[in-house]
This record gives sequence, C-alpha cells and structure tokens, in this order.
Amino acid sequence: MKKAAVLGLALVLAASVGLAGCGQKQETTSEPTTPEEPALSGTINIQGSDTMVNLATAWAEKFMDENPGVEVSVQGGGSGTGIAALINGTVDFANASRGMKDEEIAEAQSKGIDPVEHKVAIDGIAVIVNSANPVEGLTIDQLGKIFRGEITNWKDVGGPDKPIVLLSRDSSSGTYEYFKEEVVGKDKEYAKSAKLLPSSQAIVDEVKANDAGIGYVGLGYVSDDMKVLAIDGVKASIETAKDGSYPISRYLYMYSNGEATDLLKAYLDWILGPEGQALVADEGFVPLQ
Amino acid sequence: MKDPIRSSRARSNGRTAISRAAETFATGFITASGWLALFVLAAIAAFLVFNSVKALREVGLVRILTGTDWYPTSNPGKFGSLPLIAGSILVTGVALVTSVPIGLAAAVYLSEFGGRRLKEMAKAVIEFMAAIPSVVYGLVGVALVVPGVKQAFDLDSGLTALSGGIVLGIMALPTIVSISEDALRAVPSSLRHASLALGNTRWQTTYKVTIPAASSGIFAAVMLGVGRAIGETMAVLMLTGNAAVMPKGVLESVRTMTGTIAAEMGEVVQGGTHYSVLFVVGLVLFTVAFSINLGADIVLDKQRKRWGA
Repeated sequence: MKKAAVLGLALVLAASVGLAGCGQKQETTSEPTTPEEPALSGTINIQGSDTMVNLATAWAEKFMDENPGVEVSVQGGGSGTGIAALINGTVDFANASRGMKDEEIAEAQSKGIDPVEHKVAIDGIAVIVNSANPVEGLTIDQLGKIFRGEITNWKDVGGPDKPIVLLSRDSSSGTYEYFKEEVVGKDKEYAKSAKLLPSSQAIVDEVKANDAGIGYVGLGYVSDDMKVLAIDGVKASIETAKDGSYPISRYLYMYSNGEATDLLKAYLDWILGPEGQALVADEGFVPLQ
Repeated sequence: MKDPIRSSRARSNGRTAISRAAETFATGFITASGWLALFVLAAIAAFLVFNSVKALREVGLVRILTGTDWYPTSNPGKFGSLPLIAGSILVTGVALVTSVPIGLAAAVYLSEFGGRRLKEMAKAVIEFMAAIPSVVYGLVGVALVVPGVKQAFDLDSGLTALSGGIVLGIMALPTIVSISEDALRAVPSSLRHASLALGNTRWQTTYKVTIPAASSGIFAAVMLGVGRAIGETMAVLMLTGNAAVMPKGVLESVRTMTGTIAAEMGEVVQGGTHYSVLFVVGLVLFTVAFSINLGADIVLDKQRKRWGA
C-alpha cells in the first residue's frame, strides 16, 4: 500500500522533472531513493468531528515527525462543520463520525465537489453513569425509553429513587445523530429535558459530578472514575466493538474531494496502514482489521 | 455654544491653502467615518434579513416565534424558537437581579463615599473584569457556580438558568458600575451641598437627592448591562445545560438564542432551512439588542441635557 504510494509519487515526480527538463536526459536527484525517505512536502487541512479530534491530531503529529516537509493542520467543530468546509472547498479532508447525508452530497455535487468516503476507524459509543450509580446495565430498549423521556426515574431500571438527568451532545455532533438513529429512534425525538452539552468532555465532567446523570461518549473518553453500562449484556470495549457483539458502534470516516491523490493519498494510506491503526488503538478507538 | 467647525472655518481666512485643504480633508474623513459606522450597521441588518428570507417563506415568522418544539435536525425539522427566546429572557433576568443591586451599590460607594485611592484601584479592577474573556468566566462557572447551585438547592444538576444568570450578572457588573458611577458623578455638587445644608445626612442626601437626580443615567447603565447579558454566548453555552424546554423556573436547564446559534451553526447545511432559521433567531437578537441600546441612548441623552454635562 505504502510502497505503491511512494512509487506513484516517484513516478509523478519523475514525470514532472522530465517535463521541466524538456527531454534532457539527465539523472534527477530529487527522486526519493528509498521507501523509508519519501520526500513528501505540502500542507493538509483537516476539519470536522470532535470525536475524532484527538485521534486526528495524534495522526498528524506522528506523520509530521516522519515527514518534516509536511504540515498537517487539524480543527474540530463537529462533523457537519467539517463537511460544510469540504463542500466550500476550504479543507482537504473532512473528519466525520457519521456518513454524509443525502442533502449534503447533493449540495456538494451542485458546487462541483465529489465527496469520497474513507472508513478510517471504528468507534464504540459507551453509555456512562456516575461511579456511585448501582445500575450495571440496560437493554437497548430501556436506553431508548430513557433518552426519549419515557423512563424518567432510576428506580424503573433497578436504581435508586432519583430523577434521571439526561446528558447529550448538541445537534452539531455526529454522535448525536448516530445515537438518535440507533437508540432514540429514527422518527422519534430526544426528550426535551435532555441537556445538550457542547463537548464530550463536558458530558464526562457532568457525569463524574452528578450521581443521577447518564450520557454517551466515544470509547476514547472513558476512564476509571466513571461507570460504563453494559448494553444488552455487553460492555463497551475495543474487543466487543471489533467483533460486533456490542450494539452501539459505528465507523469513523474521512471524506476527500474526489479520490485522494499524491500527498493526500500518502497520508490516507499511512493512516490505514499499521502505524496509523496503532494510534487508533492508543487513542481508545477500535482499529479496522 | 457655537459650532466649532464653522467657527474654525471663519478663522481660517488668513491661513495657507495647504492647511485649509488639510482641514477640509480631515472634516471629510471624520464625516465619512461616521457614515461608515451607520453603513456597517445597515449592512449587517440587510445581511440577516437576506439570509432569513428562506425560513420566513418556508416556516413563517409566527410559527418560528410561537412554536415550542425545537427539533431542527428531525425530518421535517421543527423550528419553534419560543423556548430559546424564553431561555434568553430568563437568564438575562437572573443576571439583572444579581448584578443591578450590587452594581448600583458599588457605584454609589465609589462616587459618594469612597476615598480617592480606593477609587483608582476599583476602576482598575473593574476595567480588568471587563477584559476577561467570556470562556474564562465559563470555566470558573463550571468549576464553582454549577456545583454550588447543585448543592445549595439540592438539584439533579447544576446546569441551570440560575448558574448561567449568576455568571452573566458578574460579567455585566463592569458595564453597570462604570456607567452608573459616571451618572452619579455628573450630578452637580450644588445639589448635594444644598441637601446637606438643610440638615440631611450624607446617606439621606445620597438616596433622596443624588440617586433620583442620576436616575436616568442609572437606567441607561442597567439597559446596557441587559444588552451585554443577552448577547453573551460562550459562558451560557457552558453553564445553562441547553435543554430546549419552556422553562418553569430558574432552577431548570434552559437554552438561549445565542447558545443555539453557536451550537448549531457548525452543523447546518449552508443555505438550508435550518441555516436560515438560525438567521431569523439572529435577527430577533439583533432587534432586541438594537432597541435596548437605542433606548439607553435616548435616556442618557435626556440626562446630559438636564445637567448640561
């Protein structure tokens, strides 16, 4: 994969040098000689999913370490923001924790942008509660009822007599959309009383501080000082998300305008290769096979 | 008082052509700058209206302003922004209740009772308070006010209109204190002396004479404080919990207009209905802020005419 990218790059370079040299037969020295030292240079602009921002930053840092000539800038802001930026032609990649919507694709095509989807990792959505909460697990059905506001007290699901405090991301988050489709129901609504917090970290902080709270965050945000609920009897973890036994997990995507070429392709191949996927596991997400 | 520009023109008869040209240029530049500010304001209003048209046509202003269901990402979206308007009003109300008494008391102390050195120090502190970025206020609120409110009222969660309002009140203090103090200081001392000569104590003089005399300026200070609070975004986004419900009280989570625009603008399909509805919400905010500032300005003008300050 990587070799092919380097070879392709070398060919492109050689061709351009050949053109520039107007047919003069001379050895070029700017050609990369070994696969270990691809002379990549340029900038890559990436924007999108907040879920992926830490992962994308880790990728960018490692890649820049290995390729000093490359500048990768990563911004968060939500999947929708990234996709809007791709449609407006201001970024090379949009990070998205959900698939693009039909109207977004139509919008892109009307502006001459051809979005191409790349699956880059898997994310398990953990349902978290305060460590003091005695509830160990819920069924998907119960979870849906809780987030639709049909179950409002912990005692109805085997907990103490306390009103449930619903914590959700705001609607600019891909996690919000995904959770709505998978858990709340496609044509149903989140309960109005759900508090919409501006970041996954804010949900984590509130769950730690609030013994009646329940929220959902990507696996990467889970730590020891909160409780992860088993859903349908399965706890969220890298293993369960990988083998598909955990019911709430999804792909994470990067979108490019048209097929990625040159530097963008090299970056994408590196992400999908062993090094990039090792970082996926480090950041608490689930590597693709 | 003669018009200063015209009198200087009259004096400029004996000057060289260059200095006269320079003066004409300066006058022209200042005039243009004044008009530019007006033009920018009009352009902002036009931009908001232009982007709101789609929503007004598809959803309708009445439905946007009176609907109570805010589910913008549903299919089809529901764009009832009444909970957002109510949320903004509630949080601003809390901010006023917390900041007006304290702000007014501080202004009275600084202008009527405080020593000169303390005044200098207080002015510096107030200016510094105004310079702190709102996200820092938000962080302080998350760390202190949210847990405090949760404990004090034994709530399920401290993310409430009250938490947001308290922090907003603190943020509005510098505006209220400095403008009220200016208004109090503009009251002629002859009034104070007359009151003291009639046997009133300093405190009686303050609340019977000075404060009533400065009342319109104090009112303007409060109005500008309201404007500051209603337009604040980051801190309320972090503190109020942003649940789009019709609030029943200050101990509930609310969602403000500013918070909604900030949280959702990133997601919307540009040029779509949701995008346009957010512009309508922005237009409502713009109208409110504009009216408040205009009102405060008219009142301040009255006060200036009254004391010739």
